[in-house]
Amino acid sequence: MTEPLVVLKDVQKHFGDLHVLRDINLEIGKGEVVVVIGPSGSGKSTLCRAINRLETVESGTITIDGKALPEEGKALAQLRADVGMVFQSFNLFAHKTILDNVTLGPIKVRKQKKADAEKRGMELLERVGVAQQAQKFPAQLSGGQQQRVAIARSLAMDPKVMLFDEPTSALDPEMINEVLDVMVGLAKEGMTMIVVTHEMGFARKAANRVVFMADGQIVEENTPEEFFTHPKSDRAKDFLGKILTH
Amino acid sequence: MGEILSNYDVLAAFWGTIQLSILGTVGAMLLGTIVAILRLSPVRVFQWIGTWYVNTFRNTPLTLLMVFSILGLSFILGIQLNTTDVSSNVFRWAVVMLSVYHGAFICEALRSGVNTVPAGQAEAARAIGLTFGQSMQHVLLPQAFRGSVAPIGSTIIALIKNSTVAQVIGAGEAANLMSTIIENEGSRFSVFLIFAIGFVILTLPLGLLFTSMSRRLAVKR
Repeated sequence: MTEPLVVLKDVQKHFGDLHVLRDINLEIGKGEVVVVIGPSGSGKSTLCRAINRLETVESGTITIDGKALPEEGKALAQLRADVGMVFQSFNLFAHKTILDNVTLGPIKVRKQKKADAEKRGMELLERVGVAQQAQKFPAQLSGGQQQRVAIARSLAMDPKVMLFDEPTSALDPEMINEVLDVMVGLAKEGMTMIVVTHEMGFARKAANRVVFMADGQIVEENTPEEFFTHPKSDRAKDFLGKILTH
Repeated sequence: MGEILSNYDVLAAFWGTIQLSILGTVGAMLLGTIVAILRLSPVRVFQWIGTWYVNTFRNTPLTLLMVFSILGLSFILGIQLNTTDVSSNVFRWAVVMLSVYHGAFICEALRSGVNTVPAGQAEAARAIGLTFGQSMQHVLLPQAFRGSVAPIGSTIIALIKNSTVAQVIGAGEAANLMSTIIENEGSRFSVFLIFAIGFVILTLPLGLLFTSMSRRLAVKR
């Protein structure tokens, strides 16, 4: 592992009585692809969202590229610009065209010229295979297309790391692969990625490491191969038994 | 009916109503947007100020606000909006009070519009690095405005009708002339008819316009 880009140290969080993140310690190296899996309610989405402070944590520290997550304000906005995020429900800006979705960040946050941002935006849309739809609105696209646009929107900011919060969970089965293909492509190019997913195929194909979470804790960390064939903890064996048997 | 129309300048009176309504609407939209941003901001103190504004002005009768503007602010505190022309001073205060009062309703209409915007939109805006102001300006408010066209339309129509309350401080508008005519000519059905039709002409097309706009501008999700 190279120098760590994202470091979580002793992170704790409660939702009321529920201890959603317990003693989370995790380092993600530059260029590493980490897949976070676990049963629902295990805190994996919360972990993902805590990394760009969409969820606040109660104690512990999260640093990105050596800098601790700032409090709400300009500095936090700047940091978020460097951290791409892809949501389960796409969250494309519903009132803007596909191209405007991709160029909004570069123009307003990176202060790029409109023409430059649009040129790059079209390249990115081309790359994820939705350039034909550039002038349409999000509601006119299929889920798979919307999610690929969402990935392009994140990429347009040239992020240091990308977070994927269950990117394929809201998709029809036949659309999952078109999104995973884009993600595998990104992983191959050396993008640092933290991916919360149930897609074991993606984990095997693209991940350097699998992090298994249960009840707010990191129970096990291993290479995908080792984890899927020889899970160590009973919790992981039980989970894999349930999802791999059918 | 004809003699009333020829003896009194009904059109000029309605022109006063129209001016009050347009200026009041502009003021109410500005104030309402500002107060809505205050109420939606993450800063507690701003939220309190916004909430205080809405609760105070939404629950104070407009008549009271109008009377207060002239008796309280203008006569006692001496705040004149036009020091040379009394009727202009009254008219301007009427605009201010219409704005202040309906601003509270516009704020709430906008907030209901914001509630039509899914939380994910704000999260996505923040996730690409937009500041609070930028996500308001480029993502949340444009969608909120589209989602609140119908309630804003209702507020503006209410404002047009409420402009008649400015009569209590003697602002030059339709209701003011109507009471003059009734005083001079007695209360006749034709007087009622003239002013009723006048307001129908002002408000009915506007209502239809807002309904069609709310349909056309709706954000497809």
